Parts: sequence; C-alpha cells; structure tokens
Amino acid sequence: MGLIAMPEPDRATLAGREAIVAGLRRILPAERVVVDERGLRPWETDGFTAYKQMPLAVVLPETTEEVSRILAFCHAQGTKVVPRGAGTSLSGGALPLADGVLMSMMRFNKILDIDFANRAVVTQPGVTNLGITRAVEHNGFYYAPDPSSQIACSIGGNVAENSGGVHSLKYGLTTNNVLGVEAVLMTGEVVRIGGKHLDSEGYDLLGLIIGSEGLLCVVTEVTVRILKAPETARAVMVAFDDVEEAGNAVADIIAAGIIPGGMEMMDKPAINAAEDFVHVGYPRDAEALLIVELDGPKVEVDYLLQRVEALVNARGATSCRVSTSDAERLGFWAGRKAAFPAVGRISPDYLCMDGTIPRKALAHVLKRMNELSAHHGLRVANVFHAGDGNLHPLILYDANNPGELETAEEFGADILKLCVAVGGALTGEHGVGIEKRDLMPEMFTDVDLSHQMRVKCAFDGKQLLNPGKMFPVLHRCAELGRMHIHRGELPFPELPRF
Amino acid sequence: MHQPLKPATDAELRDMIAEAVATGTPLAPVGHGTKAGIGHPVNHLSLDLTALSGVTLYEPDELILSVRAGTPVDDVVALLAEHGQELPFEPPMWIRPDGAESRGTIGGMVMTNFSGPRRLKVGAVRDQVLGISAVSGRAEPFKAGGRVVKNVTGYDLSRGLCGSWGTLAVATDVTFKVLPKAETEASLLVRGLAPAAATSLMTAAMQEPDDVSSAAHLPPDIAAAITSFGAASTLLRIEGFAPSVKARIASLSKRIARHGSVELIEEQASRAVWRAVSDLTLLSDFQHTALWRVSIAPAAAAVLSDKIAGKLSTRFAYDWSGGLVWIWVTDETDDLGAKVIRDAIAGVGGGHATLVHGPAEKRVTVDVFEPQAPALATLNARLKNQFDPAGILNPGRMVREAR
Repeated sequence: MGLIAMPEPDRATLAGREAIVAGLRRILPAERVVVDERGLRPWETDGFTAYKQMPLAVVLPETTEEVSRILAFCHAQGTKVVPRGAGTSLSGGALPLADGVLMSMMRFNKILDIDFANRAVVTQPGVTNLGITRAVEHNGFYYAPDPSSQIACSIGGNVAENSGGVHSLKYGLTTNNVLGVEAVLMTGEVVRIGGKHLDSEGYDLLGLIIGSEGLLCVVTEVTVRILKAPETARAVMVAFDDVEEAGNAVADIIAAGIIPGGMEMMDKPAINAAEDFVHVGYPRDAEALLIVELDGPKVEVDYLLQRVEALVNARGATSCRVSTSDAERLGFWAGRKAAFPAVGRISPDYLCMDGTIPRKALAHVLKRMNELSAHHGLRVANVFHAGDGNLHPLILYDANNPGELETAEEFGADILKLCVAVGGALTGEHGVGIEKRDLMPEMFTDVDLSHQMRVKCAFDGKQLLNPGKMFPVLHRCAELGRMHIHRGELPFPELPRF
Repeated sequence: MHQPLKPATDAELRDMIAEAVATGTPLAPVGHGTKAGIGHPVNHLSLDLTALSGVTLYEPDELILSVRAGTPVDDVVALLAEHGQELPFEPPMWIRPDGAESRGTIGGMVMTNFSGPRRLKVGAVRDQVLGISAVSGRAEPFKAGGRVVKNVTGYDLSRGLCGSWGTLAVATDVTFKVLPKAETEASLLVRGLAPAAATSLMTAAMQEPDDVSSAAHLPPDIAAAITSFGAASTLLRIEGFAPSVKARIASLSKRIARHGSVELIEEQASRAVWRAVSDLTLLSDFQHTALWRVSIAPAAAAVLSDKIAGKLSTRFAYDWSGGLVWIWVTDETDDLGAKVIRDAIAGVGGGHATLVHGPAEKRVTVDVFEPQAPALATLNARLKNQFDPAGILNPGRMVREAR
C-alpha cells in the first residue's frame, strides 16, 4: 500500500458486525446481503487499484424504498455506508471501508422514461453512461458527457463524480446535463430535486450533489438532457515540433471563436506509446500531437476545418491531416483513446494524474514536469484535454520495486501542486476520492474547507456517508458548528479554528 | 432606519457581517436593487456592494473572466463585446428603483440566476460560474471552485451559491467561463399559431439537428407590443458562423414547413426581437396584478396554459421552447393566482413558479418561490443554518417566515 491512510476502523462496529448483518437481512433477502469472504473479494477496490479494502458487508438494493430503509437502519446504528456505481473511479471514491457497508447501485439498471419531446431521459442510476445513448440513438439522440469509461461507468457514478469527457469543452460536464435527481439522505428521507424542467427550485442542491463523490446522498434516479446528434464530425491531426507552439495553436483556435467538439493533445512519450500499440500513423518525431474534432452541420464543419488548418499552419505545424472519412477520423482517435492501455504496455504500473491548468501554462508545466521526472527517476507521458486545460500525466512505475509506488505518489503530488501553483486545480474530472484527499489544503484554506464540510453537515450530520474521502481531516459537525461571538467582539477568521 | 452599509473592501465587508452577527442585525445584500421587488418583503439593513467593483482578470484566450460582485453587468457585457465575447446566458434587463434600465450587478445576477432566451442551449448563469469568493453568515471569507473550466475539486459550492438570493453568503468575486459571440444569427418566424400548435412546432424544432439556440412563442397582443409581426409569433433562433447559419436556416425551414408558412428574420431584426423576449419583464403595456415566471417540461406549455386559462384571467408567453412560461395575471385575487398556477404545474408533471411582479402587501402571504416538500424544505433550512447560523443574511426573503 502507498502513502494514503484510511481512518482507523471503529472497533465497536467491527465487533457488532453480526447484528448489523442481521438488521440488513431484515430489509433485504439474504442473497442481496453479501458477507462471505469470496463474495466480498470482487468489491475490495475500484478503478484506483493501488488501494484495496474488504468492506464489512455488501448490500444490493433494487428499490428506492430498500435504499431508504438500509440508510435509515445504518443511520440509527451509526454504521458507515459507501455508495458504489460501476466502481470505475480513478481516485478511490468507491474504496470500501472495513467498518462500512458497501451499497452497490448496479441493480438500479432500468431506463424509466424516454421523452424525446422534452429531450429528457429518466433513468435509474446503475444504467451505464453509454446505455443512455444506446437507448435513444435510434432516433438520432445521444447523451453528451462521454467519460472514457462510458461503456462501463454508471450514470449514478457520473453524478457522484461530475464526469466529463473529451466533448466537455463544447457540451459541458455532467452538472450541465442533468436536470433532476431523486436521492435518499443518510436518514432515509427521500428528496426529489429538479425534473424535466430547467433551473431547479430553491437552493441549487443539484449543483452540490453532482460531484459530491457519494458523501451527501445516494442517488436513486437521474433525469438527463439528451441532445440531437450532430450531423457530421471531422477531425484534423496536427503535429508540432514544439509544445509551446501547439499550446499557442489551441489558444488561437479558441480566440477565433471556434469551440471544437474535442481538442486533445499528446506529448512525445504518449505519441510513441500509442503508436507502438495501435499503429495508426502518428508522427513519432513530433513533440506534440493535436487532434481537433469539429462537429455540427456539414457546411459548418467544412468551413471551420479550413480555418483551423490555417491557424495551426500559422503556428508552424509540421504536418496536418484532415480526416476524409469516418474511418480515418476514428483512426486519429484510436491512439488517443488507447493512450492509457498503451502506456500500460510499456510499464508494469502507472498512476494516472488529473490536474487542470490554464492552457497558457502548458509549456511551463511540461518543462517543469520533465525536471520532476528526472528528480524522482520515473518516466511520465502526458495526454491533455487541451481545450479545457485538463492534463493527464501518466507516471510509469513498477509496484514490485519496493518504494516505487510511494515515489510515484510523491511525483504525482508534486505535479498536482504545480497545477495549483499556476492557477489550476487538483482534479479536472477524476475526483478527489482518497487519492487527492490530503492535497486539498494545497488549493483550499481551512476556512474554505470548513464551508465545504458545512454542506456535508447539512446533508449528513453524523458523517456516515463515504467518510475518509475528499476531506483531509474529519471534524464532527457540532465541533465545526461552533461560533463564539460576543457582543462587540469581532471574530478573526484568518486564525485557524481547528 | 440606519444608513445603508457600503463596504469599500473585503475586510470591511467581513467586519460589517461580523458586527451584524454580534448584534443580531439582519442584512439585505444589494447591488442595483433591480430585483428588490422579488421575494418576500424584508426590512433589513441594506448592505450595498456596489463599491466592490471591477474586473480583476480577463483572459479572452482562456475564455475566463473574474469580476467583483458589485460590478455592473452592463459594463461586463460591454467589455466582453470589445473582444467578440459574451456571457452566453443573456442576462436580462431590469428596472432600477430610480426607473433606469440595468442588468444589475454581477452579484445580483449570480444570486438570482435569471437567464435569457439562449439558456435553452447554453445553460443558465450557474452553468457558466467557475468560482466564487464570498463571506458567509459566519463572517468568514471563503472561496469555492477556481479559475479553470474543468474542476471537480471538492463540492461544487460556487454553483451551490447561485440562486441563493444572498441568504447563504455575500459574494465578493465571481469567475465565469465566457464564450465567443456568434458571428451572426437569423430566426425563423411562423405567424398565427395557437399555443398548442406553437408548442408542437418548438418541440419539433428542438428535435432537429439544426441547433436551435432559442425558441419562443408570443401571443398576438404581446407580439404587437414588442414586434411588428402583427400576429401571434413563434420564433426559432439559429446562431453561429455565417455559412452554417445560412445552411441551418435552409434545412430547418424545410423541416418545419408542415407547421405553417415560414418566414426569415434577418440578423438585425433577429437580434432585436430576442432582446425583447429576453426583457419581457419590462413590458408595461398591460395592466397586471402579478407576473409569474414558470419553469416546466417544455412540451407541456400549452397544456399548462389551458389548465390555467379557464380559472384565471391571464396572458402567456413562452420562452425556452415552452420550458419558461411567463404568466401575466390580470384578475384581482387573494393569492395572485398562486394556487391555480401551482396546481396546474403539478398537473403537468411538476416544475416551479416564481412571482416576479406582485404588490408587496400580497408578497407577505403568497409564496413567492415554489413551496417545497417537507424533507427538501428542511434540507434547505439546514443548509441555510450551516452557512448563516445567526440568521442575518436576508432571512425571510426566500422562505416566508412564520408569522
């Protein structure tokens, strides 16, 4: 195991496991309360596989009523609950707790209502991201956010993580594409927020829930906006012998008022790893490869491709290929989409980082990252959602070498600190989870974090939902809630309060 | 009544809030006061934020704008226009207490989350907010979000503050994602449709790949007040690069031909009509006792209108393809039509109604914002209590206080 410590399990809970299981079995049939070691093993990790933990038990509810009763029971018992979708989180968001019940939502696997007139789909949370598109594509519609795991990841997990994807530059993140949810609070109370209408009422609880990493509530139903698929899409693949010029080309495209459907960049190590893997004709000697995809009506796409070509050539592109068929376009993407497994082939293990930076800082960040690579003695390959500044450095290491995971984690932390230092963020789309939990103070002060925790306290005052994730230090809500102000005395918020 | 407070710095703002906490003095954060008539009437000490003004960061290449909360939205719109960019959700125009037109301040825009016709395509104010710095009701300055487009670090608290009407925290700075202005636009007009036919047309148009950015229906009298079309007008807007607009206008015209005779509205006229649709609350041609802003599933607009029309004397206009229904009530009723309207909303699958115009004495007893189910209402109350335990930030403005 690496450097990240989980909270010490509660001994009383561990000792009371039998009673908890018995209580759960009063709510669910025995086969949907998993307690034996063989049955629990598949749940011990998520997409952040460096960390493993067996849960206390796994429950598989099928109805909102069951979720409500389980949560109410755990709330009364003071038992922690970790909600889980497909378990594809790259930040350990669904990592079980030894003293916590893991609640799998994957039996909520039905689409409830397809409403083309209102361009909305009402779905249960265990339906996969791609499953929504599959259900509406016969009528030319799709669901826009497309995380790379879309074949497997669930829409409930997307809500928890506010998932993005290569198209988020133009079409937004999950938060911009969800209209409503039904959710169960830790107390068992069921709330409905939003619906098929725009702009939900009251406080923007949808905004708070989406991206809350399973710490606020368990989502049991999601209403998403679907869009008519663009008529056509074409891509241009551009090589540069200078990373900075590639970054400038991206800025020029944006400045020209063009918002591509996707705009991705890879650095030399990533280009070569991908080319070794999928052989799609990537230029091996390029320092940076840019893939720009334009989608929309054919007239618009053709027109904008010409403009993009002119802009990248003005920035000294060394080659520029425009797709002339869908097969060729998908070929451009094949290497990019295979970048992670491609890197997996050249290294026994890798850590995938997920920082965001202002685009203009790209050249500086890559240069500094090479210095860090030399310092830590580990290689790094970079893929980059260039349009929105979301950087995925892949740190190559070998877990069989003692200490190398820890070195890779330190290298990763250095990269994320660098992202924050240039005005960026710790995570663009993978979430904080356990992975970046201890780095939160790099971006937020204690007071900033205490205001985030107050959201937690409003939703889950006993802090039983997914504790140990997102926040570096847990404070009891009562402790956090203290505010001593006597008449005439001004508080000093610059002083830490805990 | 005290003199309004007017902090010149963030530190002064913090101290004023701390003082209010210490003395139990409720505050009403205010910018231009353009939405002072929305919400339950409160008589709090004014906290005037207009001195916290100015653009602190604008990077057109990065599509990022950071601006202080008291900055006039009109100034920001003008600055962005110089660079061919805009706040894409089209912040509507309002009337200041002194009668002047204004889009209000950045803080007011964010805290009320009112968006114009293009909201249909690009989302609301809250969808473009990337980060907020604010002082909570605990007199603690904090920040949420950041200055980059993609950021899932921690709860999306900056979005959570949008539409909170100054009841959770007082914003000092907001960072937005801005977008390039469309190179050009044009609209298609079909005249003379009844509400049901208009709803069908808009619903059909939104299911075509022509990327309609706004869709509205104006009944004859409102069309007459803001256009020269001389009949009920159903409008569909197409925006983008010139060759694309031309092609999409052509293809959409064919696709909707079965709905009626389709006319082209060229760029300048199109801009003018959508500006007027954006600013429908300014319409003063008709006497009314109340103006409601109703959010529902778009395809239900005509059904909703029918359910209400038999019971109240009203005028309707539809924006957001029917997802936004403006209802001018002309009857004298005890509740300004609230019950009839809200029952009708429940009857079409849910949504919400907000009272935008209504006499102060009525707003004491009528729910200005949609009442919520008990579990949701108490969750909202807990959130308010976490951010403002002393209850000094605009108490009673969103949720009617028990009397």
